[in-house]
Amino acid sequence: MIVVILMMVGLYMVMSRFNLVKKLIGLTIFQTSLFLLYISLGRIDEGTAPIIDASKDYAYSNPLPHVLILTAIVVGVATTALGLALVLRINDAFGTIEEDEVLLEKRRDYSQHKGGEG
Amino acid sequence: MSIITYNLPALVVALPLLMAAVIALIPSRRVAWVLTLMTVISVTFAAYGNALMTIGASVSYELGGWPPPWGIEFITDGASRVMAIIIASLSLVSTLYAKPLIEKEIHLDDIPRTYAAWLLTIGGMMGLVMTADAFNLFVFLEISSLSAVTLVAMGAGVDRRALMAAFNYLIIGAIGATFYVIGVGFCYAVTGTLNMADLATRLPEATSAPVVVGLAFMATGMMVKAAAFPVHMWLPAAYSYAPSAVSSLLSAVATKAAIYVLARILFTVFGGLEDVTGLIMTWVLIPLSILAMFAGTILAIFEHDLKKMLAQSSIAQIGYITLALGIGTTATVTAGFIHMVNHAMIKGGLFMAVGALAVTLGRRANLASITGLGRAMPITTSALLVCGFSLIGLPLTAGFISKIYLISALLDEGQGVITALVLLSSALSVVYLWKMIEVMWMRPAPEGTKIQENPWMYGPVWVLAVANIIFGVYATPVVALARDAAMALMGGGA
Repeated sequence: MIVVILMMVGLYMVMSRFNLVKKLIGLTIFQTSLFLLYISLGRIDEGTAPIIDASKDYAYSNPLPHVLILTAIVVGVATTALGLALVLRINDAFGTIEEDEVLLEKRRDYSQHKGGEG
Repeated sequence: MSIITYNLPALVVALPLLMAAVIALIPSRRVAWVLTLMTVISVTFAAYGNALMTIGASVSYELGGWPPPWGIEFITDGASRVMAIIIASLSLVSTLYAKPLIEKEIHLDDIPRTYAAWLLTIGGMMGLVMTADAFNLFVFLEISSLSAVTLVAMGAGVDRRALMAAFNYLIIGAIGATFYVIGVGFCYAVTGTLNMADLATRLPEATSAPVVVGLAFMATGMMVKAAAFPVHMWLPAAYSYAPSAVSSLLSAVATKAAIYVLARILFTVFGGLEDVTGLIMTWVLIPLSILAMFAGTILAIFEHDLKKMLAQSSIAQIGYITLALGIGTTATVTAGFIHMVNHAMIKGGLFMAVGALAVTLGRRANLASITGLGRAMPITTSALLVCGFSLIGLPLTAGFISKIYLISALLDEGQGVITALVLLSSALSVVYLWKMIEVMWMRPAPEGTKIQENPWMYGPVWVLAVANIIFGVYATPVVALARDAAMALMGGGA
């Protein structure tokens, strides 16, 4: 349940916010919901940490999803880092990190290009 | 088998990834380029060698010696063979072409790192096509797309709009990849395996809601990456503001790798669930592909900027390929793979030619700035012309072969209406090419001076132009490879 809520919150944030940093935050929330989804897959009721103890008969949680999601978290960190780096460069180039203002600036670029060549 | 030949499938992936780390540290841009070129040449040899050694067979490679259902498996079958060959060949030509353009368009300090990202993109895509593990595929997907985003952002040296294009590419790409992983999670939950062949055998037994949801998520995610119609929004901006060398590499191979994965999901992983995949193909893939064919072509007609025009036309061409996959018979999938090979040569060549024009002009190539260039730069523009003819599908060019195979496969299926639509949209594509040809050749050059053309730039363009003609006249190898690919995907092996 919480997975679905986080997923929708994240996706909505990515689509509805104009602020680029907020978009990235939304993306991170969206990815976090994925991590939770995988981790919940590995859980077994009454399960314990998967360290084999031959003397007792435990139910073990499945460790594989956790390992997979470790990889996905690394990918998520790389994505966020690259996104933030781009936001920094966008701020340098356009002087703003609001998407609608960047679009205005872009339009100015476009008309300058047209005017210069027309 | 010797140790090298045995490990070829791993080498095509590991070599560019390792060399990327080395090249990022090299201060000299000349050494960086030479090393990049050497790496790509080795990868090309490895990909061809691997293809030759495994012809007609499906060879599995166990990474780290772990047997497949547990360990990660690399597979060389018909489909990954043809993809590895396309990626290697086009990367080689693009790398040859990249040097003068990258030096002009990218800040000097960034050049070695650009080559590092370049190799990461190539290595990531190679991994994408070689791997037979659903989760491993996601990792390679993200390696290639994060480095592709970096490459697109390098275009900021010429045009700051590249940054925004890269940011959107990153966000949309990350959402697509996350969708894919969600789908993998659902499939893993019901089958307990991530190996594609294993999934293919276990999924039909577990027919239930999670499988359908998983398929929907995976297919949607890959359609985002492949720039299929309604989720293609990142592509035109990303390809047109990227540095010219990058546009040619990405347009030639990046979306193809994603389409290949889509095919693999639909036909191999979910091959046993034909009722479900059939539903997706008939009601989602085919209508969207037809919309893509028209939307891309019509947007290209109204576009003034050449790179954007080509990017829009890529949307339409991707539409042809996904349409071929959507019909889903061996013949149409063969046609789809033929078009993947040919379109890689066509669009690679076109983007290279336009990039060469833009760099020579020192500004963006649009219909106004290329006026009269047909006479001022005859060598580059005539290569552009050849690739353009191939795009429309004139006889004696590679594009003709793809159209013929696609149309005859469609007619065999009794899809008269779709065939007519395909023909109509290719007729429309004449319009935007004609606009280009008209301003280049039919109008006098404004200054009338002859521009010195750089053989480093037009050489690779001509390589692709000649390839377009060769494979237009002698199409047997391409067709054989594509048929192999279709058989491997549809037959579930060999």
